[in-house]
Amino acid sequence: MTDGFNATQPIYLQLLQKVIIQIVRGDLKTGEKLPSVRELGAQFKVNPNTVQRAYAELERLAVVETRRGLGTFVTEDKACLNQLREQLKHEKIDTFIQDMKEMGFNAVEIIAGLSEHLNDKSN
Amino acid sequence: MSMVKFENVSKKYYGELALDNVSFELPGGKVIGLIGPNGSGKSTALKIMAGLIRVNRGKVTVCGKPTCRRISEEVAFLSELDAFYSFFTVQETINFYHEQYSDFDINKAESMLKFMQLKPDARVKDLSKGNRGRLKIVLTLSRRAKLILMDEPLSGLDPMVRESIIKGLVSFIDLEHQTVIMTTHEVSEIEPLLDMVVAIRDGHVLKIEEVDNIREEYNISLVEWMKKVFV
Repeated sequence: MTDGFNATQPIYLQLLQKVIIQIVRGDLKTGEKLPSVRELGAQFKVNPNTVQRAYAELERLAVVETRRGLGTFVTEDKACLNQLREQLKHEKIDTFIQDMKEMGFNAVEIIAGLSEHLNDKSN
Repeated sequence: MSMVKFENVSKKYYGELALDNVSFELPGGKVIGLIGPNGSGKSTALKIMAGLIRVNRGKVTVCGKPTCRRISEEVAFLSELDAFYSFFTVQETINFYHEQYSDFDINKAESMLKFMQLKPDARVKDLSKGNRGRLKIVLTLSRRAKLILMDEPLSGLDPMVRESIIKGLVSFIDLEHQTVIMTTHEVSEIEPLLDMVVAIRDGHVLKIEEVDNIREEYNISLVEWMKKVFV
């Protein structure tokens, strides 16, 4: 696949996830303007309709807001962004824990394994 | 209203059926791919929409009007072949199109030339194949036509040229007022561009599907879907 899109999920969803990660990382700040539909389309070589759909979905999630004639902006609502950040964290941790439990690791082993791994990485 | 409508359309070439009693409708405001193997009838379908080929049987309407040679006033067609005057410069070619088509947007053409990094004073006959491909895109997209038809816009071009053509398409197409229908082989490359696909084989339309639906419902890419549809 081209430009890091996987083959199984709708492209507008993958685009939405890319924007959300940029926001959660702080690459896109609160109140900052998102690229125009055309710019983002050209950057990822996707159809403007697809970008439009991703932006509409982000707006529905209240992560961005569209100001008529001005463009699309990251919401000023910090609480909403924090909530999004927490939500993503929980989702990732959930899948991780599920995988570990499936392989028979208990809570203590998981935590021990995690801190050991993280310590290794930081040294 | 549908942008393109085929009703019981058949087309024969010397007794051989290229399209066999085909009926379908395509909506406006989308980028639509006609996909299928060589000889499937997809180019024939495209040329019928462009008013370049007459059908033997059935009815075809584009923007609500029956197609004929005059439909070229409303439809921009990008041919697989080159159709330039080789003695013209790039600028002269642009000017010529400007004179021929009342909907030709000269300002858009100038900005697309810059985007494609084409030199206005270069002679068409001295252009590389890639730059001729770029010039074709400029000429086609500079028209404010309701329907833009492209016959294999990427075929035979190197990856750099293909990328600039795809980016040019995304940057300059106006889907609020325009619809794009293209035939293509480069399905995996063009997939992120498409809203919808029409699968054609042996003169029959096998399926019409939204690309997002293919991924949402079957969890597969367009290429995988094609393998299923065309078996």
